[in-house]
Amino acid sequence: MRSLWRMKSYLRPYAVPLTVIWVTSLAGIGITITIPLVGREIIDGPVARGDTGALLPLALLALVLGTIEAVLVLVRRWLLANAVLGLETAIRDDLYRHLQRLPMSFHGAWQSGQLLSRVTTDLSVIRRFLGFGMLFLVLITLQIAVVTVLLFQLYWPLGLLVAASAVPIVAVSMRFERGYIAISRRVQDEQGDLATVVEESAGGIRTIKAFGRGGHVFATFDDGARKVYRTSMEKVGLSARFFTFLEVIPNVTLAAVLLLGALAVGSGSLSLGTLVAFTTLMLQLVWPISSLGFILAMGQEAMTAADRVTEVLDTEPDIVGGRGVVEDPRGHLRFEGVEFRFPGAAEPVLRDVWLEVRPGETVAVVGATGSGKTTLTSLVPRLHDVTAGRVTIDGHDVRDLSLPALRSMVATAFEEPTLFSMSVRENLTLGRPDATDEEVEAAIEVAQAGFVHRLPWGLETRIGEQGMSLSGGQRQRLALARAVLSRPKVLVLDDTLSALDVETEALVEEALRHVLRDATGIVVAHRASTVLLADRVALLLDGTIAHVGRHHELMATVPEYRALLSAHLDDDLDDDLDDDLDDLDGLDTEGVLR
Amino acid sequence: MSGQTTTRDWRGVAAEKQDEVPEQESLILRDRSRRLLNDLLRPYRSQIILLVAVIVICNAASLSIPFLVKVGIDTGIPPMQAGRGPGALLVIVAAVLAAAVTQAVTRQAFLRMAGRIGQGIILELRRRVFRHFQRLSLSFHEDYTSGRVVSRLTSDIDAISEMLQSGFDSLVTAVLTLTGTAVLLLVLDVHLGLVALLPLPVLLLFTRWFRRQSSIAYRRTRETVALVIVHFVESMTGMRAVQAFRGEERNQEIFSRLNADYRDANVRSMRLIAVFMPGVKLIGNVTIAAVLFYGGWLAVGGEVTVGVLAAFLLYLRQFYEPMQEISQFYNTFQSAGAALEKLSGVLEERPAVAEPRDPVPLERPRGQVRFEGVEFSYLDGTPVLPRLDLTVPAGQVVALVGATGAGKTTLAKLVARFYDPVSGRVLLDGTDLRDLAEDTLREAVVLVTQENYLFTGSVADNIRFGRPDATMAEVVAAARAVGAHEFVSALPEGYDTQVGKQGGRLSAGQRQLVAFARAFLADPAVLILDEATSSLDVPGERLVQRAMRTILAGRTSLIIAHRLSTVEVADRVLVMDGGRIVEDGPPDLLIARSGRFASLHRAWLDSISAQGPGDVAERPQARG
Repeated sequence: MRSLWRMKSYLRPYAVPLTVIWVTSLAGIGITITIPLVGREIIDGPVARGDTGALLPLALLALVLGTIEAVLVLVRRWLLANAVLGLETAIRDDLYRHLQRLPMSFHGAWQSGQLLSRVTTDLSVIRRFLGFGMLFLVLITLQIAVVTVLLFQLYWPLGLLVAASAVPIVAVSMRFERGYIAISRRVQDEQGDLATVVEESAGGIRTIKAFGRGGHVFATFDDGARKVYRTSMEKVGLSARFFTFLEVIPNVTLAAVLLLGALAVGSGSLSLGTLVAFTTLMLQLVWPISSLGFILAMGQEAMTAADRVTEVLDTEPDIVGGRGVVEDPRGHLRFEGVEFRFPGAAEPVLRDVWLEVRPGETVAVVGATGSGKTTLTSLVPRLHDVTAGRVTIDGHDVRDLSLPALRSMVATAFEEPTLFSMSVRENLTLGRPDATDEEVEAAIEVAQAGFVHRLPWGLETRIGEQGMSLSGGQRQRLALARAVLSRPKVLVLDDTLSALDVETEALVEEALRHVLRDATGIVVAHRASTVLLADRVALLLDGTIAHVGRHHELMATVPEYRALLSAHLDDDLDDDLDDDLDDLDGLDTEGVLR
Repeated sequence: MSGQTTTRDWRGVAAEKQDEVPEQESLILRDRSRRLLNDLLRPYRSQIILLVAVIVICNAASLSIPFLVKVGIDTGIPPMQAGRGPGALLVIVAAVLAAAVTQAVTRQAFLRMAGRIGQGIILELRRRVFRHFQRLSLSFHEDYTSGRVVSRLTSDIDAISEMLQSGFDSLVTAVLTLTGTAVLLLVLDVHLGLVALLPLPVLLLFTRWFRRQSSIAYRRTRETVALVIVHFVESMTGMRAVQAFRGEERNQEIFSRLNADYRDANVRSMRLIAVFMPGVKLIGNVTIAAVLFYGGWLAVGGEVTVGVLAAFLLYLRQFYEPMQEISQFYNTFQSAGAALEKLSGVLEERPAVAEPRDPVPLERPRGQVRFEGVEFSYLDGTPVLPRLDLTVPAGQVVALVGATGAGKTTLAKLVARFYDPVSGRVLLDGTDLRDLAEDTLREAVVLVTQENYLFTGSVADNIRFGRPDATMAEVVAAARAVGAHEFVSALPEGYDTQVGKQGGRLSAGQRQLVAFARAFLADPAVLILDEATSSLDVPGERLVQRAMRTILAGRTSLIIAHRLSTVEVADRVLVMDGGRIVEDGPPDLLIARSGRFASLHRAWLDSISAQGPGDVAERPQARG
């Protein structure tokens, strides 16, 4: 409830329209109730007395009232559209802004689907309740109260009867709605599971075909689909019972009203016109009463939704920038006793890492898969924060620098490049929106990404999920161009060339040498050819930097290093390596086959 | 600066998706949709007839109630006023109750039956579309992309399901109520009835206007919300790049604009409703005023009874409300129609690689592969393989070498029959692949690509994907054989560790090793490795290579790799260029010659060589 209440501040800019909405709504109710009363006047007045003269004014009154009612609804709905959609849009903007401030540790833990449901479904639920639900809740309560009072006034025994019939409807509506929400959730979850099967069957279609396992996948899907069917049938049963109930009560009440009303008319305690007005008014209650249950349940849902939204809004970013700015940065990078452990992990991924990379120098980081190379590089732009020690650039702790200042000095080309469904140009200029065409061209040149000019619309071609699909190597070259284009003082290449073929790789490396001459470089490498981009190599072993030196020195003196990088399969070296490898992995691959 | 960048079109240009059917303005479906619909409804034919009967009874009961009230007022009350007792009235009240009960029972039956039919149709449609997607060839999937497969099977099915659940019911009820009420009004009193129905044409015109406008507005809402969602999801999944490159501000700019577009589209469609709803109400209220006046006039003259007037007022309420409802559900109908259109389009696709009518059995395949005059070109007509003749004897390990686009992958995919040749034939042990049943072929030929897709489930499940009946011991043996056992045992729950969505909990190299174990366990006669080791690091690749010598022994194998290290295990090397085989022979022999392979091999040796370029030594010695 409290979270929902917080949302009301978003309604503040719409105070005037909201007041108008309330006033028109109240007036509208008054009129809705009055129209049947005019009918009564006509039946009891002109019709009963045979007075045609009084007929026209009363009919005109009904016409005027009817027109006003329609106009009031128009005004209300028109203004409401602006207010509630403004509210929804503002919250969504704020959520997005906040999410962009939250660090990678948050984004690693949250599925984008969960976040998406907050900015779409949950916000609509809140919008619907704050916009319509709350208004209708008050209006309907009011309408029910007024009509009931009116019915009591018209003829109290019948009024009592109608009021009594409302009790079971509200009670059952509320219970139904709760049950309905629960079962709808179940259907949704099951549909979600089914969607996972679909996603995998589509994404893994090559694998499925390669192994001829379509039957197996279909059986899994069929299971899921049948489950959805069964739960949906349960849901159908529930609503069928409820809607039947909803219709039967008013009809039975109507029969009772007719019986008792007619008896009253017969005994002369009720006029015929009143009876007609009574039945008409009574039918006006059916909808509000049954909606009451829905709206109360909608309120409950809105509260849950608001909780889910505030949960995100209340998460404080734990990586916030400092104030510092490096004047005239040179890019002198130092890791000083750095430790990093993932939240909740027992063992640190990195411990006691000392490394210095001087301006203009390039260091390659080599290590086995999972040794923490990528984590190490992510500490520099503070995608993660060290858990002990510090990382400095030109003597400043990176945590003291403002994030824009820090991140404009450091650029990373990731191994798994992220491309957005935008134009090539937009993707390339992510880090430098103001880059000139010449600069873009130069970056493309360095990354050997000239293929972009051969795309159907050149640099304006949309790529990513919603556009042209590119090969792994093409994507990596674009990620590299993006990093180069942002003219960083520190350039991190996180195994950026792994998907390139040998010739392209050689061309890219040649061009990169020039770029790296002007920047401090960290190159995560798996292959000797990439290592050769660097002046020195740091070997990451057991979470720390075990050796630093030049490539051929390490090749000659460090067997672990040789095991990682030498691809020679010459027989004697191979035997050599076999020994090393067995030492390293304690592996036994012989004698398990067939 | 920001002003300038805002106006720049950040989205870029892309080709239209061919499955975006132009949404029709009317509810009329195209032939193929109608055929599909008929086909889906066929099993329910008798149930539907019953359903119609039930709903007619239900509506008759429901409509009779105001009529009975009228009869009650007109014929039940006067006798009582005359002091003749409530006999007639009681009969009528009993009739009202009976009608109420009938309505309740039939309504319940209708909702259940309609639900069962609707859910049955959805289930059948899901199964049908899913199976069809699985049956369609890879050439189809390559064009269609997995995202669209997913949306066909989720949002499109949901749209139809939504329509069946909420729209269908209200449509039927509304139509029956509308016609039933119109008839009743005319029966009650022709003159008054005509007055009450006079605004109907206006109402229909108004509704038509609304439908047109709202379908435009609705489409706009969907387009804008789709953009919001895509941008949101992409920036959340790509947050690392966004933050690393300070893309937040620009992103916020883009998002706010998309968000505002979405709001504007929504405002527009809400305003349409803001006009339409009170419009219908106005028409209804004007009618009520007219009926009051004219009915009152007639009642004064004694031409209609008060009961008739009361019934008119009750009926008129029922008359105009369904109109509002139908229009609210109009969007539901429209999107269901569009969804059906797309689904029927998918179901009409024929697999490019068809199952043979009389499949040839293949007992104990040995694995001899032959290409006889094979030509192949992709859909756009660019020839990939001009004409290829090739025999790979059973048990031979062949390495395919050549630049990107030389046709290596195409050749591999033809052997796995992901495509059929345009002319010529591909034979396995002398049998044309087109004569083999899919299952037979898949047991004999397995293709492992660099896209090592893992499915939700445990590591063991994923390895067993290659051979569902394998024992745990066999799974472990396969993992050992490819060098995956080590890391799998180190996982928290060993072979029972869940791999996470798309294997997200494993590294690229680990995923590849699992994919390898999967292929090894399947134990095919022909194994094709397409760049299968490219994402492994050197130790990983070496582990796999060592295992490969054993895995490939005695098995026909085609290996495609950039890294020539793989070639060391081959018996024979084929160098391809422009879809032709330009060199063919044992690796040692080719290296010794001065052909293309020899120079490739030399370049490769250089690239992995331990010698750094000369300038390294000249640079200042770095401190360790």
